[in-house]
Amino acid sequence: MRVGVLAVQGAVREHLSILSQLGIDGRRVKKVGELSGLSGLILPGGESTTISLLSRGHLLTKVGELVSKGFPVFGTCAGMILLAGEIEGQEDAYVQAIDITVARNASGRQVDSFETMLCVKGVADDFPAVFIRAPYITRIGNGVTVLAKHEGAAVMARQGNVLVASFHPELTSDMRIHRYFIGMVKEYEEKEAVL
Amino acid sequence: MVEKGTYRVKSGLAEMLKGGVIMDVTTAEQAIIAEQAGAVAVMSLERVPADIRAQGGVARMADPTRVKEILAAVSIPVMAKARIGHFVEAQVLEALEVDYIDESEVLTPADPQYHIDKWAFTVPFVCGARNLGEACRRIAEGAAMIRTKGEPGTGNVVEAVRHMRLMNKQIRLVLSAPTGELMSIAKEMGAPYQILLAIREKGKLPVVNFAAGGIATPSDAAMMMQLGCDGIFVGSGVFKSGDPEKRARAIVEATTHYKEPGIVASVSEGLGEAMVGISIDEIPPHEMMQVR
Repeated sequence: MRVGVLAVQGAVREHLSILSQLGIDGRRVKKVGELSGLSGLILPGGESTTISLLSRGHLLTKVGELVSKGFPVFGTCAGMILLAGEIEGQEDAYVQAIDITVARNASGRQVDSFETMLCVKGVADDFPAVFIRAPYITRIGNGVTVLAKHEGAAVMARQGNVLVASFHPELTSDMRIHRYFIGMVKEYEEKEAVL
Repeated sequence: MVEKGTYRVKSGLAEMLKGGVIMDVTTAEQAIIAEQAGAVAVMSLERVPADIRAQGGVARMADPTRVKEILAAVSIPVMAKARIGHFVEAQVLEALEVDYIDESEVLTPADPQYHIDKWAFTVPFVCGARNLGEACRRIAEGAAMIRTKGEPGTGNVVEAVRHMRLMNKQIRLVLSAPTGELMSIAKEMGAPYQILLAIREKGKLPVVNFAAGGIATPSDAAMMMQLGCDGIFVGSGVFKSGDPEKRARAIVEATTHYKEPGIVASVSEGLGEAMVGISIDEIPPHEMMQVR
């Protein structure tokens, strides 16, 4: 199984390290061509404006096309902003793969960045979550399931083949959320094999 | 329970900036140019290093009014420089809620002996270093990010290269030495032993290490990335050049695609005047910022 990590900028190394610990062949994706042969893609934390500006050759457009055909994607923090249908205070969104609205830096500035234990539905009762200038989900569309909340705000959600989180599971040694995503990738591979 | 200001939260923000460019800005207008060019963060300061070098005098943290304007103007993280050892400038910057403080040799040091006790703060710090000993001492004082010093305000990359190569060489030594030799290495380098142990455990510096001090062109940025740094600080290189918008974007592109000379070549075309460079030999020893 090959899973890509969007490697324009940000916490790429951390996701690759977890994938390798899970026995998955993780690949850096900087160019459209590098998407071929993958069964899933992780969009890491970083700066969403930078990542979108620097995704050359319609890389994000291609990701959007793959997602609409069932290709599994997982966005953490900036990756969630890139996948969101709407971004507060901004006219355009990017991949628009999941029907949610997100607010940038909703957890505040860096002095308000924090760690906490989260209950993640179907994954863990005690997941160590690191929130860094984190975006929150402010609107949940039809067909979107909220998987985790922090003080009332939705911070993790799934719609079909799209998984998003406000926080950074890649900054901890807890691999349960990555395992959950790999489960989604396996389902996709099985479906593809049947087709 | 919610915990703020943990070391993981502090160093984690730096991890998110990897592969990106952080640009010095003195006004909100410049911050917006930097953000639109793809900078991952901006660094607020009173004057860019080239002006500090030219004008002399005491260089201090930026006016809080300017810092607030910059904070309001962009959604990317805003860093700000405080003088070495000036813990009250740092307290003020923390009160303004900047996202990172750079305890910087670019400004005039406020304490001839001691750096700031960075563990006392919720906001994270980045510090400069010329070698592994300096880097490890700053990390032991609580810095959550390191940058090589280079020689700021010169547009001359040679010192940044010197510092990055030295640090890499020293890390290789720490990684390959038998355990029994580590304490002696710690003594020679002036590096806290525990930090050397952390380097051996991680196989690298335990925090992100950016390159800084003299980076003026896309090729400079790509070279520093190929030498193994995690990202780039550009001080005077952008706003002291002929076409800041274009040069800022070009340096960002070259940092992202540092392994692709074709892209570095195409973004380097027609950038206009680069900042005026200074040969290191022409700088009187007492005006060298890196020794601070």
